Order: sequence, then structure tokens, then C-alpha cells
Amino acid sequence: MEATSAGATGAPRPDLYRTRTRRSTGEAAIRYALLAAALVSVLTTTGIVFSLLEETVVFFGDVGVGEFLSGTKWTPLAGGESQSFGVVPLVFDTLYLTGIGLLVAIPFGIGSAIYLSEYASPRVRRILKPVLEVLSGVPTIVFGYFALTFVTPEILKGLGLEVGSFNALSAGLVLGVLVLPTIATVADDALTAVPGSLREGAFGLGASRMQVSVRVVLPAALSGVVAALVLGASRAVGETVIILVAGGQKADLTLDPTVAMQNMAAFIAAASRADIPTSGPEYGAIFAVGTTLFVMTLVLNAISIRFVRKYRQVYE
Amino acid sequence: MSAVPEAGLSRKVVERASSGQRTKDLMFRLALLFSVSVGFVVLAALVLDVMIDGASRVSLDFITSFPSRISPESTGVKSALIGTIYLMVLCAVFIVPVGVATAVYLEEYANRDSRLSRLIEVNIQNLAAVPSVVYGILGLAFIVRGPLGLGPVLLAGALTLGLLVLPVVIIVSREAIRAVPSSIREGSLALGATQWQTIWKQVLPGALPGIATGVILALSRAIGETAPLLVIGAATFARFNPEGITDRFTAMPLAIFEFISDADTEFRAAGAAAIIVLLALLVVMNAGAIFLRNRYERKW
Repeated sequence: MEATSAGATGAPRPDLYRTRTRRSTGEAAIRYALLAAALVSVLTTTGIVFSLLEETVVFFGDVGVGEFLSGTKWTPLAGGESQSFGVVPLVFDTLYLTGIGLLVAIPFGIGSAIYLSEYASPRVRRILKPVLEVLSGVPTIVFGYFALTFVTPEILKGLGLEVGSFNALSAGLVLGVLVLPTIATVADDALTAVPGSLREGAFGLGASRMQVSVRVVLPAALSGVVAALVLGASRAVGETVIILVAGGQKADLTLDPTVAMQNMAAFIAAASRADIPTSGPEYGAIFAVGTTLFVMTLVLNAISIRFVRKYRQVYE
Repeated sequence: MSAVPEAGLSRKVVERASSGQRTKDLMFRLALLFSVSVGFVVLAALVLDVMIDGASRVSLDFITSFPSRISPESTGVKSALIGTIYLMVLCAVFIVPVGVATAVYLEEYANRDSRLSRLIEVNIQNLAAVPSVVYGILGLAFIVRGPLGLGPVLLAGALTLGLLVLPVVIIVSREAIRAVPSSIREGSLALGATQWQTIWKQVLPGALPGIATGVILALSRAIGETAPLLVIGAATFARFNPEGITDRFTAMPLAIFEFISDADTEFRAAGAAAIIVLLALLVVMNAGAIFLRNRYERKW
């Protein structure tokens, strides 16, 4: 990752090609073919927005924006009278699960980052960082299995907690472990980007390593570290399978972490597997929730990018 | 952030550097070590848990049998493993040309300051952060139904996963292309090669190890994804193999999902065994990526 940050802002290559005249139409054709490929990613975004909005608009025709955004009962797949499309509990549960995850991921993620950048020898660092990356490469279904068959029955019940077989605590804790490497690696990039002269100055004044880490390096890299946290939060908000497998199938407004909870992504996956007609509001709810999730992660990502830019401007 | 914390580095720092600080420092170091160990302990616990539950079920029979809903002893992952391999190949056929072409365009052709290339860049950054389940919705609305209307078949799954991991390929390929020094390009152009000849014969061969590593990493992410495939309606249980790209299919993560959704511990053990098979596949791919990187990566 260091290569990225260094390369992205390094001196621009002298523009070798622009001064040359085009040799042939063939060269021009290639250029346009490559541009067409580059536009696939723009089309993807457009496709995502269209596919979300098309059904969402239909859905709001049925249900109404107000009822969706302010309703406090989320039972979209229930039939008849008990069916209700208030998204508040689902959003609340999403944030609650993310919160439990961040309670794990923030201290341990930042602790890991400080250790990697300020304490570990280059050799130890070369070993530790890839292993941390391996953790983030484990498929999330495996984390789901771990939450369901180990964390809930062995750890939580082992500690004497009265948790259900599907519960928010287990799913949230494992969600935290999932985003820990993201936070650790991005925060580590920010910390290592702090110039050595700041550390040397502090050491020269007699500061200990802890004081240098906490009072000099961490504040200096603060915007990058915040970017890491926001990115971690965005990952946690959008995670599907851990919650689907270990969190449960319902969303209620409750602060009790021992009961089942569902997040928006898990609802989308669960509802799209349920046997529902593709024309009713049940189907539309998938897309309306998708739009909500998409907007939330987009905002989080924009915040994170803004913070990253900030620390780059200062030190590079 | 104009005030780089020289100011914050106030007298306090100097005053505190005394004997009490020693213990605090030690505690802090221990707390950091504990933080780092959390990731490793969980990784170890996770692997051990899966091994204990599933290792005894992994066998040749398990890989070569179709799944069963009735008998957890004879169930297997044949259709899922074959589906995953098909997905991987199809996905590669899609993401390699599109991803590399995008990277070449952005690095070698695009004017950095033009609106279009900025739009593409911001776009790729944002796409990388879109939750995978949202790609599932895209796949459902555009590829499975809607304009393409393919149905929940292999090609639809591969395209959906391809779009999901395309940003990874683009980002890694760009780094690899950027790492080829401009002196190589200058030399080639000076000898009369055209821009495309320079790219095709000099830049891309030089960037190949990096690109290949990126593609393998992207594919290993793709085959571990569950959510998008669930959303597009791929089968979680299939007693048949896909024969062509327009056939219905299942994949390893989906088979695992099906196994562990069963409350029966015997089926969950089969789920653990399927996880071992998937993890083994991922380890082989990642080892391949590391090998490529170490063996062929050039230091310019």
C-alpha cells in the first residue's frame, strides 16, 4: 500500500506521447478500444444506480417514502395485516451491529497499526502484515460459520451468557474481526507516512516511545487514521453473510445484543431467496433497502476519501 | 492540518520522561502486542475450529459426490467445486482484458487532468467500496432479468462477480504499469516504435508479474463471495454439473451456506469440510500469486 500512496502523488511522468503525431488510424482505434474498456466501470455505476432506482421508485409508489423512512416496524415478508415497511429498525440494527464490530475493531485495529509502524522491527513487520492480510482474505462465509458454531455456543454460552443461537453479539464481534485488518492496514499506512523527523524531534526531547506514538505520530496521522475507521465502518455496514448466517432473520428496535438481529445487506440476501412475487412491494423492498445501503456506504466512502486526501496533502 | 503538531509536542512530553513512565511504556507495549495477537488468535481459532469439525469428512468421495439432503455421510461438493472452477475461468476471461485495458488507458493514454479520466478514477474508487450484495442487485436486475435476461446461469454469475472484482484488477494493474520506468518507454519510442508497440512489447511484459498477481487476488476474492450469488438466485443445492455457460449452477460458498443453514450437526460438519476445500483452493491460489511475485517481479 505504501507504493500506492507514493506512486499516486509522485512527480507526473513527462508526457512522452502527446508530442508525437499519431502514426496511423490503427493507433487511434486502439486508444478508443481501451477507452471503451475503461468506460465499463462507469457503466457499472450507472447500472447499479438504475437497477436500484427503477424498482425503488415503484416501491415508493406503493408504500410511500414517509412510511418507509420513519416507520418503526419492519416486517416486509409477513403477509396481510402484519406486513409493515418501516425501515428504521433495520437501519438501527445495521448500525448497532456495526457498532459492536467497531468496539472490537477500533482499539485492536489501531493498536495493531501502532505496533506495526512504531514498535515492530522491519523483519517482524514483514511477517505480521501479510498474515493480517490473509485474515482479510478469508471468505466471509467462513467467518459466519465461526460465529455460528464457535463464538455463540463455545464462547458466549461458555461465558454463561443467555444468547439465542442467532444473536447480534456473536455476529457483531466476528464482524469486528473481519474489519480489523482493514482498519489496521490503512491506519498503518497513515502512521508510516508521518515523517521520521517528527519522531526524531520528540525522541531528542526525551520522549519515550509511547509518548512519541500517542502524542506525536498518532495526532499527526489523525486524518488517515480516521479514514481507516470510516472505511472499516463502511465494510461493516455492507457485510452480508456473517449476519445472515449468525445474526438471524428479524430486525427489531432493541438494545439487547443477545437476540437475533438482521442488517440491510442480510435482508437483501434473505429476501431475494424468499419465495415472493416479483411485482409486489416485498420485491421492491429489496431495492429500496439496497438504495439505502448504497447511499450510506457512498457517503462513508466519500468521507474516508476526503480524510485520506487531507493527510496526503500534509506530508507528501 | 496546517499545524503539524510541533506545538502539541509541548513541555509535558519532556516532564513526563521519568521513572513512572517506564511502567506505563511497558503496559502500552503489552497492550499493543495484545491487539496484534487478536487477529492471529482469531485466525488460528477459526482454522482450528473448521479443522476439528470438518477434517474427518474431507475425502476424495466428498469432492466427487453430489450433495444430498438426506444423508450427511454421503453428501459432497462435486457440483459446487465444478461450478466454482467454471466461475473462476469465466470471470478471468472477462476481467483480464477489461481490467488491463482500463489500467493501460488510465496510465498510458488518459490526460490526468481531463474530466473524463478523473470521472473514471473517482468511479473506480467508489466501486471498490460498494457492498458486494449491491452487485448482486445489479446482477439480478440487469443480467439475470432485465436487459440481458440470462437467468441465474453461470455466465450471469461470472459477470456479476467480474464486475465486483474489476476494481481490484484495475488498481493492481495500474500499480504494475506505473512501476515500469519511463526510460523503457523512452528507449522504445526513440527506436521508432509506436505508442501501442511500446505498450504491447515493453510495458505490458514488464508489468505482467504484477498484473498476474492482481488477477489471482481478484479471482480468489471472487470465488469466496456468497452474497451476490445468493441475490442473483444461483442454486445452493444442485445434483447436477453445469455443462455450458448458460446452465444453472452452484458454487462452493453457496454449498457451504446450504450445509451450515441446516441445524443438523452432521450437515454442519459437511459444511466445515466444504470450507476446508475452499480454503485449500484459496491457499493454492495465493501461494501461486506469491510465487509469481517473488519469481518474476523485476526491480527496475
